Amino acid sequence: MKNSYSWVLTTALTLSLSASSVLADLHPVTNEVLADEQIFTYRVGDEYASIDPQLAEDVQGGEFIRDLFEGLMNQNSDGDLVPGVATHFDVNDDNTIYTFYLRDNAKWSDGEPVTAGDFEYSWKRLADPATASPYSWFAEEMGLENVEAVMAGDMDTSELGVTALDDHTLEVRLENSMGHFPLMTTSEPTFPSPQWTVEEFGSDWTKPENIVSNGAYVLTEHVPQERSVRSRNPMYWNDEATIIERVEALVISDESAALTRYLSGELDRTEVPSGQFNQLSTSHPNETVTFPRLCNYYYFVNLTESTHPALLDPRVREALYLAIDRDVITEAILQGGEFPAYSFTPEATANFLPPANPARDLTQAERNARAVALLDEAGYGGGAEIELDLLFNTSESHSKIAIIVSQMWKQTLGVTTVLQNMEWKTFLEARSNQEFDIGRAGWCGPYNMASSFLDLMSSDHPYNDAGYVNAEVDQLLTDAKVSEDPTANFTRIEEILATENPILPIYHYAGVYMMDDSLQNWPVNNVEQKWYSRELYFTAD
Amino acid sequence: MLAFILKRLFYAIPTILILIVFSFLLMHSAPGGPFSSDRPLPPEVLANIEAKYHLNDPLIKQIWTYVTGVVTQFDFGPSFQYKDRTVNEIIGQGFPVTLTYGTISFLVAVFFGCALGITAALNQNSWLDYLAVGISIGAQVLPNFVMAPILVLVFTLWLGWLPGGGWNGGQWQYLIMPVIALSTSFMASIARIMRSSLLEVMHSNYIRTARAKGLTKREILFNHALKPALLPVISYLGPTFVIMITGSVVVDLYFTTGGIGQAFVNSALNRDYSVMMGITILIGCLTILFNLIVDVLYAWIDPKIKL
Repeated sequence: MKNSYSWVLTTALTLSLSASSVLADLHPVTNEVLADEQIFTYRVGDEYASIDPQLAEDVQGGEFIRDLFEGLMNQNSDGDLVPGVATHFDVNDDNTIYTFYLRDNAKWSDGEPVTAGDFEYSWKRLADPATASPYSWFAEEMGLENVEAVMAGDMDTSELGVTALDDHTLEVRLENSMGHFPLMTTSEPTFPSPQWTVEEFGSDWTKPENIVSNGAYVLTEHVPQERSVRSRNPMYWNDEATIIERVEALVISDESAALTRYLSGELDRTEVPSGQFNQLSTSHPNETVTFPRLCNYYYFVNLTESTHPALLDPRVREALYLAIDRDVITEAILQGGEFPAYSFTPEATANFLPPANPARDLTQAERNARAVALLDEAGYGGGAEIELDLLFNTSESHSKIAIIVSQMWKQTLGVTTVLQNMEWKTFLEARSNQEFDIGRAGWCGPYNMASSFLDLMSSDHPYNDAGYVNAEVDQLLTDAKVSEDPTANFTRIEEILATENPILPIYHYAGVYMMDDSLQNWPVNNVEQKWYSRELYFTAD
Repeated sequence: MLAFILKRLFYAIPTILILIVFSFLLMHSAPGGPFSSDRPLPPEVLANIEAKYHLNDPLIKQIWTYVTGVVTQFDFGPSFQYKDRTVNEIIGQGFPVTLTYGTISFLVAVFFGCALGITAALNQNSWLDYLAVGISIGAQVLPNFVMAPILVLVFTLWLGWLPGGGWNGGQWQYLIMPVIALSTSFMASIARIMRSSLLEVMHSNYIRTARAKGLTKREILFNHALKPALLPVISYLGPTFVIMITGSVVVDLYFTTGGIGQAFVNSALNRDYSVMMGITILIGCLTILFNLIVDVLYAWIDPKIKL
């Protein structure tokens, strides 16, 4: 009797064990069969400059930080807010005081609990002039109480509008009402840093042998200019939901070299080199992925004293805007699924209602005819009197676009363009000194709102190298910051831009990747491309 | 000899100092700075950062601080670009990589270059000569930025024998393609110099005398001809060795070896002043050192040269 009982027990145990080992190979939600090896290897174009949440400002660093650290809130695959270290938050009636409630099971990789004090320390660290963070402007963007005085060194960091009420409650006080503030807590500069590690190791704290982090992964290896490895963090509060065991980032500057290594099976993801999308999407239809991004490629017109006088006439600017055949640029030159841009804000932006835009609905022949008429009207018919300096930085695709645009202007309007190709830092210098008539620019919105683009049009924005000043736009932007629903303001600003054309939008970026077809759950609908390795997985072939 | 070496080392000090000051001024005269970026920093933020890196000091004071740091503590400062690394760490990590594949490439280039040159010279105007000259011209005209993708195409994509890039601590599979890409054009130059200088020696009177005395071809080559014929090759090898061990941008970029050649170019593009200075000084010191070694070798080979 005793024997048969133990036999039943053993059998039941064996069965349940084997059942769980079978289950372990299935995705808990989708029930797909998972691959045995869960290692994600991808290409980064450049070595990261820093993975210190408060210091990093590059895209590569951001991707690392989202895996290694976790902020108050996260984004899901559609870009919507989901809980991170905070489970929820309250806000007062006029959107100036937010209270975040932190989960009590969040831990650092050394086992210490993640507390509201860690966030308070990190946000003060971001604004502190002693940190000298190039990204400290983000603290200003967040509109924390007293942030400008703290950053200027006129006030102690203890006066900054962030306080840990207790270990699990964080109070944030803002200068002005801001409805979209919680979205900002998904940005890397707001992620926590471990004070004890930062103080012990100084700038060396982010090295693999020293780093302590609170995200789904820990940094285990870093060979500068070659590779870095992040491995699963067993201390992460939701570690059991993580499937990818290890993430390896290989630094490969050359896009074509990266593509070759992708094709030889060394990489699971890489960027498609410009102009190769059509060919690759035919040869590898299941592996090419393209999706809209919150970025804009555009030319801006110098409106300061140093410009060509003709450009001060809005009709000339509209003529230049109309004479660019965007379909030729996106379909024949870039070939990467980019979208022709007729407005500054990409249409994929959340809660953005583009105004009616007559130019978009015309054929290119009609646009050209209208452009010629406008130039005549402005008194520059034939375009012979106009010679413009077009400034751009060294890159194959910038130069292709500049050549084709100058050709379009020459053929349609008779306007001559002198191409000025400069190395990046020299270009920045020339641009900020207004040594150009037309300049190239690109901008990716730091968060998914029209204001992350349109703020650039305010007369005092640091990126406004074009010197565009419009009092109505400034007012609309100021009002939008405190408005419950600023959609109408943004539509109106786009209307103004469409008549004044201080900038000439060309195309909206697309993400164009080669991606292993067994890699699942890439957030293609997240226009900011905030991806988290812990949400990815490989299915068995 | 010792006096000569000491004298040369003494002269190296002002040379390096001039190099430092000149590079420092040249670097600072380039437009833009390490912290100019697409989104310009608010002035108060920029002021904080410049104060942290002493960029707000007068240039002359910056040079003084730099030179004293280098001389007294061998401290080349922090990288402006990579926040958690110092210049010493960047060079310490990248230089062994380029030193490894550079030295191997150098040995390969010298061995095959000399072999080709000698074969060609000893068999002048025969098919062997034409073949050797043909190979070296082919290697010379094929630049490494063309060579690298072809190698990857053949050995990685088609044959699947070698990894397409990376370093992995310098395992042999990762070394083969960088070495081929880097050594071929140097090999070709060595072959051409070797061939013409050996031809000249072989046509000289004392070789004719040796031949008349009935010495074998082998004895003539190894005992009489080779040593003087090597002189022009050696003067070429000194600077070449420095170029090879300080890395090739193309090799570093294409094979992502993590070497110092890439770090040098990146530092120039990013205006990472401290890294750029560090690598410039390294290359300067190595050049001076190897020129000295070449001179000493000269005296050893040719007793007519007095040091």
